[in-house]
Amino acid sequence: MLTKRIIPCLDIKDGRTVKGTNFVNLRDAGDPVALAAVYAEQGADELVFLDITATVDERKTLIELVRNVAHTINIPFTVGGGISSVADVSALLNAGADKISINSSAVRNPNLINELALEFGSQCVVVAIDTRFVNGEHIVHTHGGRKPTELRTIAWARELEERGAGEILLTSMDTDGTKAGFALELTAQISGAANIPVIASGGAGTMDHFVDVFTTGKADAGLAASIFHFKEIEIPDLKGYLREKGIEMRI
Amino acid sequence: MKTVIIKYNAGNVQSVMYALDRLGASYLLTDDEAEIRSADKVIFPGVGEASTAMAYLRERGLDKLIPSLKQPVLGTCVGMQLMCRYSEENNTTCMGIFDIDVRRFPNEAGLKVPHTGWNNIHTLRGPLTEGLNDNSYVYFVHSYAADVCPETTAICDYVRPFSAMLHRDNFYAAQFHAEISGNVGQRILENFLTL
Repeated sequence: MLTKRIIPCLDIKDGRTVKGTNFVNLRDAGDPVALAAVYAEQGADELVFLDITATVDERKTLIELVRNVAHTINIPFTVGGGISSVADVSALLNAGADKISINSSAVRNPNLINELALEFGSQCVVVAIDTRFVNGEHIVHTHGGRKPTELRTIAWARELEERGAGEILLTSMDTDGTKAGFALELTAQISGAANIPVIASGGAGTMDHFVDVFTTGKADAGLAASIFHFKEIEIPDLKGYLREKGIEMRI
Repeated sequence: MKTVIIKYNAGNVQSVMYALDRLGASYLLTDDEAEIRSADKVIFPGVGEASTAMAYLRERGLDKLIPSLKQPVLGTCVGMQLMCRYSEENNTTCMGIFDIDVRRFPNEAGLKVPHTGWNNIHTLRGPLTEGLNDNSYVYFVHSYAADVCPETTAICDYVRPFSAMLHRDNFYAAQFHAEISGNVGQRILENFLTL
């Protein structure tokens, strides 16, 4: 049976791992390559690297990091942050990334999704959605969740699938950093609306939160950062617990 | 030992190259006939769309070269599909090394397409899965799959049972991405390189 996936997310700044609460107050949690190797060894199903300060100068650092990660680990990994063109994606895939994740650039230029799917295949195109509940509606946000757009989240998810996205990385800005659990209802709605895998992100604090997101939330994968980086939850314990709860896990 | 990765237009082969690096194996990425013929092992990877890939292979004569190879050949993902008879993906006649067709997964409630993620393979036989436990997990990303047939050497279940691996004579194939399938994938590649 297809397993649910556990995905640690490494936020990268200047080649180092950081993770903030609600995307501010960044804290340093180590060397990304070493951390990636530890997670792969512990049984992480996949890794996501988000370059949160992707300027032109830092791009080279990121490419070098991607190359080192690809050389080190034997599980799939996704790279996101500051990607706005076919050339950006080509450079990351050539360095060894298995998938790329786009967010603001997809909102600015939705056609980029079609272009990337055509050029590289849907399997490597992850589109991230940062969403916030505003005046009774789920609205897509950009710029780390600060800037609202005109897009309704569920309609946008459907559009992404039609344009050729391979997966959706859904982050609820309402739950992110709270450790009070994933946005279950919205995740289930997105998972029902689009027939591509949904990676749920934002709000993981306990092992039961993962149980909830895979059952009630109907997510295909659960992503978290600080709880893994600061060893509040260890991946082998989490996967063992989820399997006990009847959720298919690769152990 | 000389390992060749066949170079063509089907996507990103970097992760295959890195996987061979991790195993300490040297390799050459090429579409040159003489280089391919003189290799001890040939890897035929593939990510992308079947008809475009087949058209490219035909243009270069690789569609005739690959089936005529005598050394061990390993096709992965779309590479495997192109080694089958026919693919439903844009109605593509493939190389016909394996006597089976490739069909799209039907849309069924709760089962998303592409089949993305880690799934278990069972009913294992043949040298490539030596040392692996039944129901080992490997990483898949695909919307099309070959049915189960006499050449099937590993089965995976998603919507329907399909061929996760195939083997005939010197030809081997895996639908999943062994190169990013953790220690299980590493073992499969090792088994291939030591055939």
